[in-house]
Amino acid sequence: MGAILQVDQVYKYFGGVKANENISMTVTQGSITGLIGPNGSGKTTLFNSIVGTHPIDKGSIKFEDKEVSALPVPAVAKLGLLRTFQQTRIYGKLNCIDNMRISAKPSRDNLFSVFSAIPNELNDKAEHLLSFVGLYQKRKLRAGDLSFGQQKLLELAMALMNEPKMLLLDEPTAGINPTLINGIINRLIKVNEEFGITLLVIEHNMRVIMSLAQHIFCLAHGQLIANGKPEQIKKDQRVIDAYLGVQ
Amino acid sequence: MNQKAILYLALLAFGIAVPFMFPAYKLQISIMWILVVLSLTWDVQGGQMGYNTFGNIMFFGLGMYICSSFQIGIFFPLAEWTASGGEKTFIHTPTQFFQGFFIGIIFAGIIPALVAAIIGYGILGLRGHYFAICTLGLAIAAGELAGGIELVGAGQGMTSPPWPKNIGDTELRSEFFYYICFVLMISTFLFLRWAYTTRFGLVLNAIRDNEDKAEAMGINTMRYKISGWVVSAFFVGIAGGLMGNMIGYIEPVETAFAGRTFGVFMVVMAILGGKGTLWGPVIGAIAFHIFKEGFWTFFLGWQYVALGALIVIVVIFFPEGIMGWLREKYPDRFGEVIDEEDRKAQVELK
Ligand SMILES: Nc1ncnc2c1ncn2[C@@H]1O[C@H](COP(=O)(O)OP(=O)(O)O)[C@@H](O)[C@H]1O
Ligand SMILES: [Mg+2]
Repeated sequence: MGAILQVDQVYKYFGGVKANENISMTVTQGSITGLIGPNGSGKTTLFNSIVGTHPIDKGSIKFEDKEVSALPVPAVAKLGLLRTFQQTRIYGKLNCIDNMRISAKPSRDNLFSVFSAIPNELNDKAEHLLSFVGLYQKRKLRAGDLSFGQQKLLELAMALMNEPKMLLLDEPTAGINPTLINGIINRLIKVNEEFGITLLVIEHNMRVIMSLAQHIFCLAHGQLIANGKPEQIKKDQRVIDAYLGVQ
Repeated sequence: MNQKAILYLALLAFGIAVPFMFPAYKLQISIMWILVVLSLTWDVQGGQMGYNTFGNIMFFGLGMYICSSFQIGIFFPLAEWTASGGEKTFIHTPTQFFQGFFIGIIFAGIIPALVAAIIGYGILGLRGHYFAICTLGLAIAAGELAGGIELVGAGQGMTSPPWPKNIGDTELRSEFFYYICFVLMISTFLFLRWAYTTRFGLVLNAIRDNEDKAEAMGINTMRYKISGWVVSAFFVGIAGGLMGNMIGYIEPVETAFAGRTFGVFMVVMAILGGKGTLWGPVIGAIAFHIFKEGFWTFFLGWQYVALGALIVIVVIFFPEGIMGWLREKYPDRFGEVIDEEDRKAQVELK
């Protein structure tokens, strides 16, 4: 399988803060890849760089061999590269179904489709995906009234509604009741296997990422310090040191 | 569904019958319909999209000036009209009057819409308070600017073409404008009612709730924000054109770019009725107009204090407006229900 995402020597500084320094990584098409590292190590910054939230200082980011580092956020999303947010983002005053309906890719997308009708078929698809994440019964509630964990699930369902090729998930289990975490892991595996979506997952919980990812990259202090299979990463002294806070 | 149809028909019948039922209040109720238009269109930005704007009054003034300028300018030299106070030297024949009015109203919609597209492209990238303050500045500047243009009478203002004397009395005049106002209000309402069912409506709400998320999901938000402002400017511009004709006299800061009155009213009405709902701005405008007309005279000299107090009361006690308060009270009436029976597709989270 070829690479779907290639990050090549990417630098991102915030003033004096070296959030990302010389990061290179490749994500294989169809894989589940992990991105780990202590708090503040630059994981979210790298996601932001990939999807175009901010311009990078140096380097190249290619999605399906197309340079995307200079594209604005919506343009990257339209290519099929979507992200979810660490601080979950949903449309709080809209109900779940509407959150889903507005997340689908429109069949036409130009100035004249601004006032286009939203096809009815989307309702079925929305309901199907909401039941996939276990929110079917809540579909008519305002998204803002859901619990934090349910909002995370809704955000996942919204991403699926868009039929992306690749999903960047920023800490999908953070702040979620531990009893629900296995449910999320199972769903992510299904998303990958059945929907065929490549996943790049930021995860703080080592147990989760070990059971999910086939390949893991580890950041510390803005730099890539290790990458390899989960078993290798688990034993890697630099990773252990980074997580224990040793320089 | 049937209940709704009856409601709509009753309102329509009421609107049509007003000139016969309350002949003395024709002008007042015409202005009420204009207020509904201002409130509904303000809500496109302020409510549905979550962008507070103080700039929509710009389009009102622009429409007012443009309408009258066309009405006059296509038949007579505009500069001489404004210099001489108009009607003394030039008189529209009935045909000229109605042709001019028709053309004026069309441009009163189109030109503000174009202006909204251009300005919107420049400033709709601003978020939150920055956008609000920027629109406030633009609205004030627009009034000053109009006050400096000799062609439209500068600070003195200008008259709009008077009703042709030979085709009927002032009763006919106010009936004519009444129905045009009513049709404008219905058109605005129906257009928005439809637009909110399309992608447009959902995207505006998505922008309101989380614009970064909308962009991250691939939505070109700028396109929708500009479209929304163009729609508002179009209807507000026409409302301005009508208002100028009804008052008969256009003054740059008091009637046209009237930020202190209509500019504030449109915000208050939408909030009073319930931001971000279809009916809220309608109910808010009607309630506000009745309050204003009913009580204005009791507050001689204190009207603006009373208005200020009303704003404070609404913002503190009914931040979500009348509709929001109803929704809070009867959520199920607004379709917010947990589906208990329909478990067929439910997959339990294990
Ligand atoms: N927009 C920003 N402006 C300034 N500094 C930032 C910004 N975003 C992140 N940082 C800094 O960059 C570093 C990496 O942050 P982040 O990427 O959020 O880490 P992680 O997601 O790995 O916890 C931190 O020191 C953080 O304070
Ligand atoms: Mg982070």
